[in-house]
Amino acid sequence: MTSPDGGTIHPAWLRATHWVDALAVAVMVASGWRIYNASPLFDFEFPAAITMGGWLAGALQWHFAAMWLLAFNGTLYLVLNIASGRLFGRFFPVSPHGVLRDVLSALRGRLAHDDPRHYNQVQRAAYLFVMLDLVVLVLSGLVLWKSVQFGVLRELMGGYEAARRVHFFAMALLVAFVGLHLVMVALVPRSLRAMILGR
Amino acid sequence: MNMRRHVAHPGLDTESILKEARRLLAPRVEEPSRRAFLARTLTLGGVALLSGCSLSDNESVETALSAISRWNDRVQAWIFDPRVLAPTYPESMITRPFPFNAYYGVDEAPAVDEAGFRLEVTGRVADRRDWRLDELRALPQTGQITRHICVEGWSAIGRWGGVRFSDFLARVGADTSARYVGFKCVDDYYTSIDMPTALHPQTLLALTYDGRTLPREYGFPMKLRMPTKLGYKNPKHVRAIFVTGTYPGGYWEDQGYNWFGGS
Repeated sequence: MTSPDGGTIHPAWLRATHWVDALAVAVMVASGWRIYNASPLFDFEFPAAITMGGWLAGALQWHFAAMWLLAFNGTLYLVLNIASGRLFGRFFPVSPHGVLRDVLSALRGRLAHDDPRHYNQVQRAAYLFVMLDLVVLVLSGLVLWKSVQFGVLRELMGGYEAARRVHFFAMALLVAFVGLHLVMVALVPRSLRAMILGR
Repeated sequence: MNMRRHVAHPGLDTESILKEARRLLAPRVEEPSRRAFLARTLTLGGVALLSGCSLSDNESVETALSAISRWNDRVQAWIFDPRVLAPTYPESMITRPFPFNAYYGVDEAPAVDEAGFRLEVTGRVADRRDWRLDELRALPQTGQITRHICVEGWSAIGRWGGVRFSDFLARVGADTSARYVGFKCVDDYYTSIDMPTALHPQTLLALTYDGRTLPREYGFPMKLRMPTKLGYKNPKHVRAIFVTGTYPGGYWEDQGYNWFGGS
């Protein structure tokens, strides 16, 4: 979507929801690590210094506060993304073959970033993936919060204990995405400028 | 404070003194970590929003989080459907051994003498009197094999038997228009629940565990078992039940854990 002046890469609503989402995700992940530490699923704990909340009750308070921000902001983002036509215009078509081709060209250093309005196949796949991953995080989180009340969702996740694992791995994939995303932003700094100023 | 870690038994027989000391100290021990959590919050969280924070600002962060937690109580009460039952499981799925969990070690679980024990029932009830255990055992009994979910995240399946709590409330003539039912325990634990959960068909005044008298470590002489609530909302060693319209709080709830604690 370009504005009438032709220079806008990201509309204001997109930039706003992006940064609110970044804040919500940072709080959810850091407090979530603290909650994980109360009863680790696997044979490791997150270093306390990178967690949020100080103790379990504090972490839970942050987690269950930021969830509202994540849910409302995420819903607003998806609605505007679909209604504006941006979702289908920017992220589709995407194909496994196209993604593979663009990954290979990227590895050879030949993937062009000439037009920041155009997402290559790897970007399309990555951004669509993170949208889906956040949906999975929210749904599995609802099961952990209300496993009795949301029975259908609980069974879809394979039960309460399976939902804990779904929630954990969806978090791990989200963190991996954020890591890769930050590396790419560092490599293409004007993408950061575009996400702040819109152009 | 980790709710699961056991406190080493110091080998003294002055248990009540220690318990009292621990209760007095616990909030102070928490303080440094609570301050640390706020300091860390400011580096990780809403940095821009909260720049130039003083202590009072930190307290306003805490106030805001508590307010959201109370809002979450209301949302949970709204989501709670009294007709929805928690899943039940076959006997083969019971977790053995069922984990012990409290803010003290298993050795310190209170030993209650059955002969002298009386359950006190007070507040907005027609029949305010004490109950002996054999009187409770003489009431119609029911059972369940359900999943106990701890606020820490872990869960375990157990089997409890006893009196359906709604039957008991009806028998004592409880005013079910009151908002809360509160519980006081032999170990000084206390908590409270909403009336709709108290009346839920799976809410059980549990007198047995896995077919035998509720053992000391699981809450003898009785615990309130609710598969629709997290573990800390399920009080053990219950000695008093009261029906009230005044918010009674709870041991963990008063320290920041969510009050509704529903599942």
